[in-house]
Amino acid sequence: MTILNAPTPSSLAPDEVIEAPVRRVHPLAWLILIGIGLYFFVPLILTFWWSLRAEKDILGFEAYGRLFADANFWSSLAETVVDSIATIVLSLLIIVPTAFWVTLRLPKLRPAVEFVTLLPFVIPPVVLVLGILRLYARPPLLLTSTYGSSRLVLICIYAAISFPYMFRSVDTGLRAIDVRSLTEAAQTLGAGWATILGRVILPNIRVALLSGSLLTFAIVFGEYAIAVYMAQHTFGPFMANLTRSKVYEPAAMAIVAVAIVWVAMVMISYVTRPRDRR
Amino acid sequence: MSGGSLTLEGVRKEFDGVVAVEDFNLSVSPGEFVSFLGPSGCGKTTTLRMVAGLEQPSAGTIRLAGEDVTFAKPNERNIGMVFQSYALFPNMTISDNIGFGLRVRKQDKDDRKERVAELLDLIQLPDKGKSYPYELSGGQQQRVALARALAISPQLLLLDEPLSALDAKIRDELRSEIRRIQRQLNITTIYVTHDQEEALALSDRIVVMSKGQMEQVGEPFEIYNNPATGFVASFVGQLNRLPVTVIDPALGRLRVGQVEVRTTSLIESPKGAEVSLMMRPEEITLDAEEENVLEGRVEAVTFLGSIVRIQVAVDGGRLTADLFNERLLQLPVAGDATQISFPSHACWVMV
Repeated sequence: MTILNAPTPSSLAPDEVIEAPVRRVHPLAWLILIGIGLYFFVPLILTFWWSLRAEKDILGFEAYGRLFADANFWSSLAETVVDSIATIVLSLLIIVPTAFWVTLRLPKLRPAVEFVTLLPFVIPPVVLVLGILRLYARPPLLLTSTYGSSRLVLICIYAAISFPYMFRSVDTGLRAIDVRSLTEAAQTLGAGWATILGRVILPNIRVALLSGSLLTFAIVFGEYAIAVYMAQHTFGPFMANLTRSKVYEPAAMAIVAVAIVWVAMVMISYVTRPRDRR
Repeated sequence: MSGGSLTLEGVRKEFDGVVAVEDFNLSVSPGEFVSFLGPSGCGKTTTLRMVAGLEQPSAGTIRLAGEDVTFAKPNERNIGMVFQSYALFPNMTISDNIGFGLRVRKQDKDDRKERVAELLDLIQLPDKGKSYPYELSGGQQQRVALARALAISPQLLLLDEPLSALDAKIRDELRSEIRRIQRQLNITTIYVTHDQEEALALSDRIVVMSKGQMEQVGEPFEIYNNPATGFVASFVGQLNRLPVTVIDPALGRLRVGQVEVRTTSLIESPKGAEVSLMMRPEEITLDAEEENVLEGRVEAVTFLGSIVRIQVAVDGGRLTADLFNERLLQLPVAGDATQISFPSHACWVMV
């Protein structure tokens, strides 16, 4: 909230200083805010509370200890981190040149490209993965015969479901700079496409790239349905498995997952924070 | 450093069947400053972009220093270009911006540094090297853009409305700055503008364009005083157009309403033809001289500082007269009856 300072003319004596008007917030607004807060935080707090009850009669981090002692936890975490980084790289490699070219040369195609990148929102993940399995889980395009090749397919699917977020981030970044003039200026100065993208365009949409990447990270991290169908041992399926056999560990794991994604979110707001520049 | 020659032969550009530039022929000598002048959409910027390689001609040939560059890529042409929007790289310091072309050319770091310092001196911003573009004013940014374009010692400098985004005062300053630097380096320059004053003040020659066509090519004095077409006459400077009837083409005798006037310029129309008599506002005086005197009534007086613009209704039309301001000048008032006159050598006939 901004505090408005009323102007204080020098002719006024100190005791005559006009009080800054305090803006009143409507009670209903408070009510809505509290309601939403409860909706989001109660389950989280209860989950956290539950995760602390692994030992009888005392609250402690026993469940976390057991979780961290589980080798499968670490392997699924590592696999998910690698998958999300691979997804980010693939998504950037596809989206950045596409968005750049659409902005520079094919602005008429923008609506079409925008629509295509939105498709993952329209198609439910289950439908998407079943369709993909129908195509790639049998000859002539059998790509899911080994764990490793299925993992590559999974990364490709994740890249596709990251498109709406990635394209929007990158596109916003590109719109904020004068892509055409900057490109043409670099061209006349002798730069080729690689130099233009690497030295001129990308550094100027750095924030957009980071926010798109972190959003993608958060999505991949929480993904369950597709990973299960692809029989991958990532974070989501591991957690679901855990729920079937353990009582307190799944709650601890949920808190860990939320913490990791929150750290990613805080990083987004940190790197995209407004500065004096511009 | 000195510029190369530039030749355009029969250059034409179509966008989806719409002709943007038609049959453009021009030969620019090394070190010459040529402006493309015309209203927006006349094809001047398209022509410049074809010279830069940012557009490909539909037909014709472009030669730079004798070499055919018609279809060469922009990064293979060794040209410097300055854009209306400055187009400085926001992520780089001023020094890095100026040195960008040299870096792309993999020039040695020390040489690059030296050259950048030299250019910062040239644009009179020696201590701004470490600043970022957003810390500079518009005028300063455009100077940097100019330095960046010049850093690579181009054979040709292209300026696309470089002053349009600036305030009037900065514009005048930077205008003379551009001319000074251009003369100092003797670099061949093409300057695109819609501002006739800019073109007149800067150029060795002006190409006036309209609807994709070249209307006239000539020195500023010639363009202003001997416009080849009605478009040039009306686009470059103010112009009065008075409907007249030809009485005797050989002697230059014409009739305005009931009054006879004379022109010393050639009349190609036959006796009795209805034509227009053209004259510049600054040629008209409010005194009754010996020749070409018309009766009229003052309609409006606009005080513009150094100039007083007076609109006078005469028989058959309305004329604008520009008088130089003087302290002792007695300003007429709207509604005053007045006489105006113009010398016979200062007016010409157009159909």
